[in-house]
Amino acid sequence: MSDQQQEKLLDKKISRRQLLKYTGAGAVGIAIGVSGLGSILNTFGMTAPEDDVNATNKVLFYGKHQSGIATETQSHVYFASLNVLVTSKNELQELFKMWTPLAVRLMNGESISQSDANGFVPPKDTGEARGLDASNLTLTFGVGPSLFEKSGLGLNSKKPKELQDLPHFSKDQLNPSYTGGDICIQACADDPQVAFHAVRNLIRAASGKVSLAWSQTGFNSIPVKNGVKQTPRNLFAFKDGSVNPNSKNNQDMNNVVWIQPSGSANWLTDGTYLIVRRIQMHLETWDRTALHEQENVFGRHRDSGAPLGKLNEMDDLEVNRLDEKGNPVIPVDSHSRLAREAGERIHRRAFSYASGVVDKTGAYDAGLLFISFQKNPLQFITIQNRFGRSDKLNEYITHRGSGLFACFPGIQKGSYIGEALFSIL
Amino acid sequence: MKSKALLALLLSGGVIMSACNADKDTAPANTEKTQPETVDLQTEMEAYQAFAMEQMDYFLIETEKFVLAVKNGDIDDAKAIYPKARMYFERSEPIAESFGDLDPRIDARLADLEEEGQGKEDWSGYHKIEYGLWVENTTVGYEGTADQLLKDAKELRARVETVEVTPDLMITGAVDLLNEVSTSKITGEEEIYSHTDLYDFKANVEGAEKIFEILKDKIKQKDTSLVETLTAKFADLNSLLAKHEDGSGNYISYEQLTTEDTKALAEAVNQLGEPLSQIGIIME
Repeated sequence: MSDQQQEKLLDKKISRRQLLKYTGAGAVGIAIGVSGLGSILNTFGMTAPEDDVNATNKVLFYGKHQSGIATETQSHVYFASLNVLVTSKNELQELFKMWTPLAVRLMNGESISQSDANGFVPPKDTGEARGLDASNLTLTFGVGPSLFEKSGLGLNSKKPKELQDLPHFSKDQLNPSYTGGDICIQACADDPQVAFHAVRNLIRAASGKVSLAWSQTGFNSIPVKNGVKQTPRNLFAFKDGSVNPNSKNNQDMNNVVWIQPSGSANWLTDGTYLIVRRIQMHLETWDRTALHEQENVFGRHRDSGAPLGKLNEMDDLEVNRLDEKGNPVIPVDSHSRLAREAGERIHRRAFSYASGVVDKTGAYDAGLLFISFQKNPLQFITIQNRFGRSDKLNEYITHRGSGLFACFPGIQKGSYIGEALFSIL
Repeated sequence: MKSKALLALLLSGGVIMSACNADKDTAPANTEKTQPETVDLQTEMEAYQAFAMEQMDYFLIETEKFVLAVKNGDIDDAKAIYPKARMYFERSEPIAESFGDLDPRIDARLADLEEEGQGKEDWSGYHKIEYGLWVENTTVGYEGTADQLLKDAKELRARVETVEVTPDLMITGAVDLLNEVSTSKITGEEEIYSHTDLYDFKANVEGAEKIFEILKDKIKQKDTSLVETLTAKFADLNSLLAKHEDGSGNYISYEQLTTEDTKALAEAVNQLGEPLSQIGIIME
């Protein structure tokens, strides 16, 4: 409605009956009389909004699984790791309840508050997403091992045995400024401002209840060929995510990603584990590495993404192939070969990042915000250990940040984010 | 106009309820800051004016002592009076700031002037003498600046009586005081020579807390939990600050704070600032 239209509407005489119709319900009209305007909107704020199926570029909030996992990868991420400041289980539960309607609104592409009538207080919504559509925003919530160690919260007995800090991997150089966290919010969208706005408003609404431990933005550009989306490339120009499970295939996702009944703690059934790694890629050294060597590092051709000696990205690696001299076609220390030999699968949903300059060296602080989903962290650990010291890629990358989070199952209408953690034994 | 605004609010409520997408971005156009006649803050405004005048009385008294010490060449005395005299100014900054000419004459940092293309020759006030005391370790050559400072402090005191305290000044002022802390005190950029930033920090917080105290009953009428939250958050911040105080009102140098200390203080300020920004509900 334009300002002009609104003005016209306001000039019309509207009967009380019509007014009640406009406000949607007679009951609300009564509330107006009793307790003034501010409280109607508060009252309204308490009711759970629904997915707006007519919203443009909209991903559903409610469902069996959380969004942002099987969802087709968007082009932007704002990943936030939070520490909780609340000191009781009840306050923590209230926090997730409070976030739920906000998350629905944000994923509908709506402002978290429709009315800022009192000019003496700041607007409830920070406003920078106004005029932008939902942009396929997804919000994925998870909890880290440290949350269960906080004695006041009384969650110790709920801690899944799989939810342990990741072991030290060879060549890890983890910076505490990018490691761990009690809660994570992964906001992905096809617009960077929409993703940022979502996290900003969730954290602001939780002022005094959480603090931002660390965060990272990331981007992804997805080439389209003949109308089909291609596997995106990382900053080394190689395709990233070729061997992912088919996210539209339930069987595949159940095998790799979704926690099955008695697969972990009961409250995690239909959830998954999120692993995040902030991996600095040494662009300067990579860019002076010859093409053949680059391809040997990955075990794949740069342009096509095909395994060495093959033509197509999806062709099998066939790691046992030998060249005419009897040497392996896919080098034994190549990244894709080692990953294959680990014998485990994970669902990768990585983004690139570029965050300025490393103070000490003047190098790009750029690389991969690696995010993967798996029903057991062991899947990732096995692969990472297989890389160990032998992975040729190690020369060009350094793992600087890390986090493991248990992502709740999907949210059903009438329920709230993480309810299972509080209600299921 | 008021009834129109009210209707706009109702209509927008209807828009939400009927889940009409086309109008998703239509918020009521009402951002008027007209003061509804139903809210009477006369008592509160008078109380705040009295507080500001009392602070300015003390500011003048302490500034006189400071100026005397500078003119007598008593560096130690001047250094001791400096941070405490400034606290009276910092507590009532929303008022002092309303005099656009006087505030910079008394309180400008060299960095502020340089931003405006001015230099050392245009500098006056407390921070100029701070530079002399802590960097040059002298009062010589600063006598004129001291005389001018006293004149300005007297003028400030006289003009405070003419200030019209408004609800806006109090409501915005409380948050502004904390914003001052967030942007310059917590970074050590206010007192770059003396490093006495924690005194200003404490005074700004006390200034905001005073406004809260004055408005408390009015806030309670609208939202008792906001009063509880603010009481708790002020207490949190004050107890963090107390860790850096010696028990008789003396604070450690900003340079002695660790990164963890400043981060903890900054977070406590933010956690207080967010609910404090809601005190405007008293105008509803």
